[in-house]
Amino acid sequence: MTATTTARETAGAEAGRPSFWFVLRAEWTKFRTVRGWMIAMVFAAAVTAGVGLWAASGPQKGCQPIGPNGPIGPPVACHPSNPIGPGGEAVSDSFYFVHRTLTGNGSITVRVTSLTGLISPNGRIAPGRNPERNFVRGRVQPWAKAGIIIEKSARPGSAYAAMTVTGQHGARMQYNYTGDSPGLPGDVSGASPRWLRLVRSANTVTGYDSADGTHWIRVGAVDLTGLPAAVQAGLFVTSPLAIAAENFSPSVATAAFDHVSLSAARPGSGWQGKGIGRDDQYPSLPGGFHQSGDRFTIRGSGDIAPIGPGADGLGKPADDGLVSTFGALILVIVVGVMFMTAEYRRGLIRTTLAASPARGRVLVAKAVVIGAVTFAAGLVGAAPVIPIGESLLRSHGYYVFPLSALTEVRLVAGTAALLAVAAVLALAVGTIMRQSAGAIAAVIGLMVMTYFFGAALPVLPAGVADWVMRLTPAAGFAIQQYVPAYAQVANSYTPQFGYFPLAPWAGFGVSCLWAAIALGLATVLLRRRDA
Amino acid sequence: MSAGMRDALHAEWTKFRTLPATCWLLLGSVAATVVVSTAVSASFGCTSTAACHVDITKLSLTGTYLGQAVVAIVAVLAVSGEYGTGMIRTTLAAVPHRTAVLAAKAAVVTAVTMAVGIPAALGSVLAGQLILPRHGFSPASGYPVLSLANATVLRAAAGTALYLVLIALLSLGIATVARDAAVATGAVLGLLYLFPILSQVAGNPVLARHLDQIGPMTAGLEIQASTGLRHLPIGPWAGLGVLAAWAAAALLAGALLLRLRDA
Repeated sequence: MTATTTARETAGAEAGRPSFWFVLRAEWTKFRTVRGWMIAMVFAAAVTAGVGLWAASGPQKGCQPIGPNGPIGPPVACHPSNPIGPGGEAVSDSFYFVHRTLTGNGSITVRVTSLTGLISPNGRIAPGRNPERNFVRGRVQPWAKAGIIIEKSARPGSAYAAMTVTGQHGARMQYNYTGDSPGLPGDVSGASPRWLRLVRSANTVTGYDSADGTHWIRVGAVDLTGLPAAVQAGLFVTSPLAIAAENFSPSVATAAFDHVSLSAARPGSGWQGKGIGRDDQYPSLPGGFHQSGDRFTIRGSGDIAPIGPGADGLGKPADDGLVSTFGALILVIVVGVMFMTAEYRRGLIRTTLAASPARGRVLVAKAVVIGAVTFAAGLVGAAPVIPIGESLLRSHGYYVFPLSALTEVRLVAGTAALLAVAAVLALAVGTIMRQSAGAIAAVIGLMVMTYFFGAALPVLPAGVADWVMRLTPAAGFAIQQYVPAYAQVANSYTPQFGYFPLAPWAGFGVSCLWAAIALGLATVLLRRRDA
Repeated sequence: MSAGMRDALHAEWTKFRTLPATCWLLLGSVAATVVVSTAVSASFGCTSTAACHVDITKLSLTGTYLGQAVVAIVAVLAVSGEYGTGMIRTTLAAVPHRTAVLAAKAAVVTAVTMAVGIPAALGSVLAGQLILPRHGFSPASGYPVLSLANATVLRAAAGTALYLVLIALLSLGIATVARDAAVATGAVLGLLYLFPILSQVAGNPVLARHLDQIGPMTAGLEIQASTGLRHLPIGPWAGLGVLAAWAAAALLAGALLLRLRDA
């Protein structure tokens, strides 16, 4: 040792090995000086951004929802819009409403004695004055609803609380589009009617149900902040799109009510019927009502529920473009594997391990370098896709689902993180297998093909696809889920439409677990085997 | 066949068959195809209207999606393996006519993939024939009998074997261009899987259809279609022709670069 020895080398010599920073710098130097790898990273960012924006920029398919059997519903405005619920989500708020004004505290009680349904046999609404003439009597929709509702206002998207019977899910209390609590089970019929009651006290609305009108069970309560003194209270019927696999058809439900009583009704106001939300994008049919004494027959169509992307063609998620991650993933995997296998092929690994005998550190340093570089490339690629893609989609006449800033950050950072995890997994598998072709094929098989089969193309049956997207490293794509799935809304909740079987961070966790296990195994093997 | 070509073929065959990994990968491709096909056939049931509108011939051959990837790797390794180890210099010294080397490799890969593709396709169809009728897809309900006596099923099964051969040739061409195993594998799999993803997200249905028509996998796999032939983006044999054009272009580019570049 001479006087010119640098401080870093001294520190390394004291510890008996070079410091971690030294190893990290060595790995970074190796990475950035291979021109092909840097080009591949730039390419990965370009593919993510370019394909993503390209996907958003295609000419529009049309201004109305398109099902597999052609357009669903009447033509809609070319810049479709949907109401926004109190929670900021896109909702459908279309139903037939027979209402009165309720002032101050009070309650509404009703008995429902039947709920039947009609569906369109061919997925279309026949044009003309009486579009439902082509409808066939079918099973009532499982989530068709008939009951009572208290609304802040009759404007679509308003806050509400409702007690309702459903086609097949028993009585429920639902509120503000996303809230749902189960009440009495069982279908409604003349022999087994359902009594429903909503009680308003200040801002709180409490729901009750009963099988006989004397024994009442509390189902739930909701605090509707800012509820004015005069609210709209009344009876409603609605029936969502019928789903048979991927066929969506509008449906109609008809319900019979009696024993209607409304306390604290504004004097002089009678029952008025009104079709709510008929101008929305959600395909619905005209409703109507018939009253004799306190018996009502109401027919309605539509849904009071959050909406999301699906085979119904209601709008596009702005993250559609993030499917481009798929292309970038292949590039990232190739580079991740080669970052290690190239060392074996050229014999450089022996120099590397001689310079840094602590083999675990070499692997960690490599993982940090490849992870950071791919994360940065992913961030650069994914960041423009959502904001620019969203405005492109809008300018082409698509409805784009609203997205909170936090979700947007999760989508962009999550996509970048997913690429980083894929790169680390590739590095680990490359270390385990030590040769390129097999390692690349293994990682592509584990992460890209599984995504391809499980999410991108409907090749696998839905049940199998769900398990593929739960167990393989492709589970991490759940981080790109945009709109949540709701148990109380029927939709095509498949990965193909952007709904993953695992929650976003849980899915990402599965991918991380794969990378961690592979990295652990790689460390053990790297230590045990001669290079 | 000239003596030189025969020797080149013999040399390539020797190199190919004496690599232990090749044997395992080839067995793996048959297994991958048949296992995935069987699993998909077993998990599919005619439970809803849409699920019943399925092309069961194509369904029974689903494993091709996975099997092709293994076949592609075998073909990539046939070239890139030589570059990785430096063997290519010995090969080119022994057979200085470089096009003959590539032609011999292509012949060996074709023969071997054919030998693997036939049992893979037959096994898949046989599994479908045994399983699918028990899941509601019986001839009594109007579904075709999955037997090779049915000309359409025969076309789909034989076409699958041809498809795998063409995928192998495409991979061989790309590997000759790329030389590095990692780059070649990434390029082949990217090329195969990128087109269907792009057509899935294309906003324009006309553009999506064109992408399906030119994609090597999307067009080539139409050879397995047995129903709704008039609505396909491209006809079964025309689709296989598109894949053949991709393979020919890749081999041509490979042959050209092999002659022009130093090894």
